[in-house]
Amino acid sequence: MAFLFFMETVISGLLTGVMYSLVAIGFVLIFKASGVFNFAQGVLALFAGLTLVGLMENFGLPAWLAIIATIGVMIVLAWLIELLILRHLVNQEHIILFMATLGLAYILEGFGDIIWGSDVKVLDIGLPQGASDFLLDGYGLYVEKLEIVAAAIATILVIVLAIFFQKTRIGRALRAVADNHQAALSIGISLRTIWITVWSVAGVVALVAGVMWGSKSGIQFSLSLIALKALPVLILGGFTSIPGAIVGGLIIGVGEKVAEVYLGPFVGGAIENWFAYMLALVFLMFRPQGLFGDKIIERV
Amino acid sequence: MLYREVGQFKTSYQSDQAIFTILQDRWFIALLLIVAFGVVPFLINDYFANAVLLPFLVYAMAAIGLNILTGYCGQLSLGTGAFLGVGAYSAFKMMTAFPELNLILVFLSSGLVTACVGMFFGLPSLRIKGFYLAVATLAAQFFIVWLFYRVPWFFNYNATGQISAPPREFLGVLITGPEAKPWATYLFALSFVTIFALLAKNLVRGRAGRAWMAIRDMDIAAEIIGIRPLQTKLMAFGISSFYVGIAGAMMFAVWLGAAEAGETFGIDQSFLVLFMIIIGGLGSILGSFLGAAFMVLMPILLKQAMVDGMGLAAVTAKHVEFIIMGVLIVFFLIVEPHGLARLWQITKEKLRLWPFPH
Repeated sequence: MAFLFFMETVISGLLTGVMYSLVAIGFVLIFKASGVFNFAQGVLALFAGLTLVGLMENFGLPAWLAIIATIGVMIVLAWLIELLILRHLVNQEHIILFMATLGLAYILEGFGDIIWGSDVKVLDIGLPQGASDFLLDGYGLYVEKLEIVAAAIATILVIVLAIFFQKTRIGRALRAVADNHQAALSIGISLRTIWITVWSVAGVVALVAGVMWGSKSGIQFSLSLIALKALPVLILGGFTSIPGAIVGGLIIGVGEKVAEVYLGPFVGGAIENWFAYMLALVFLMFRPQGLFGDKIIERV
Repeated sequence: MLYREVGQFKTSYQSDQAIFTILQDRWFIALLLIVAFGVVPFLINDYFANAVLLPFLVYAMAAIGLNILTGYCGQLSLGTGAFLGVGAYSAFKMMTAFPELNLILVFLSSGLVTACVGMFFGLPSLRIKGFYLAVATLAAQFFIVWLFYRVPWFFNYNATGQISAPPREFLGVLITGPEAKPWATYLFALSFVTIFALLAKNLVRGRAGRAWMAIRDMDIAAEIIGIRPLQTKLMAFGISSFYVGIAGAMMFAVWLGAAEAGETFGIDQSFLVLFMIIIGGLGSILGSFLGAAFMVLMPILLKQAMVDGMGLAAVTAKHVEFIIMGVLIVFFLIVEPHGLARLWQITKEKLRLWPFPH
């Protein structure tokens, strides 16, 4: 029985980890392509979720149409961000760009709240809810169906992203920009297009993350705080690595759950808030660039 | 024609090394101090002290602290909120455990406690840099707040989990507690800020400050010319946390009078102070003051304009305030990434040429 309980904890941790990975992937995409540490990723997820719910409730759109419309909104948003913010901040220091995304987070948050209201919204686009009967009856494990779906969708998303980055023309251009801005410019890659693309993709990833978290616990302000959960995942996996984001997410998810269940009662509980950070710090001591990050080579 | 700096020759090393080498600056500072110490205490009222002046002084102190670490030494920290909390809680413990202790000693020792905590959490900075470090300082932020929330010893086992400042006197005048007069709290905070701002200004001009700037500009090169990264970075963390700790103690004891870990010292606080030094100007003591003034005054003015002026509902006004804050931050970063301190310099340069710009 103890083993079964342990398995349940681990599986639940793994599935939560997948959710973290979804947010972390959005970070990694933008950091790779533009060197921007995008703090607004969590708010982006909140904004996407709010827009989706708003479109379904206020205009009565069916779920699939609302999702497509939201993707459209996210692309327009990416275009606006590039036009109004990023374009003017080329060549600035990283900390300035980071602060700009913080400002962006404020704007999006206020904007989303004004348009769609700030009360908690229920998001139901027909994803299965409740415990999985198959696992419960067959093995006595309690696992949420929704989390399995989330894991499946995340897997599909990662495969699609991998194909997009490896095989398509624009994907290769993206990797070129990530490697070296100037070299990419000199062979005729338009930075502007790349940035819009990357922010659009990050917006879509944010939408997926928003839908998953939203189906689980409703669309509410706290959704923007999952960005803070994704940060230890990032430093664990490395800022520049998508596989790192996934593995990091899984490690953090499992570590957090196991620690909360087995360690939490002894120190007063609610250690979820900081445990992930401590775990990531310990890893950082041994690998300063994260598990999969590019090796940092410094020259004078 | 009105503003001229020419003709002020320095004939001794002493005058060359003065903090304010220009006569106008000296006059300006002297005038400012006279008004701040001699005039404002007579005009002050409760609202003005608690909504404007005390927040400004407290945040200016915190901003100087963070500016030493981030602006001068180049180590990005997101743990300011928690370090403010460390200052506040150690002031609280000190005031309740030793009721007879002089208030100045209380504040200095809470600064020292915070400095030790800051140095401990600064240790990872030797291995990790940049945003990795920023995220690592978030560990401090969440861990410390959790600690204050969970360990009852920190809030003396009271039922609410809040800490509140007991009334304490300094030179026979009540400084802390709800009965304290606004002029007393204001003067007390102002004296602290003035002295420590002066200290900081001298610190960053001296050997320590130059070592920090060398580390900021390129740490490997700094190491090669003989600056020890371990000592220099830890000293920056320690001194920065000392300032932030005193700011936290002032925030709790003099300004707010009561505090709760999660509410008062959350991550929002870290970002707020970070905004201040970015908008004020990284690597500038003057910038810390300007940034603090800007971030304290702007929400008040916005609220006045929207709720009282345009009659918006308070909730909507809050959201609009969020948007305007965001827009202003982005706008500032685009227009003047070096902050208000740089704008001040530009103004001076323009004044020198005025009214003949060519």
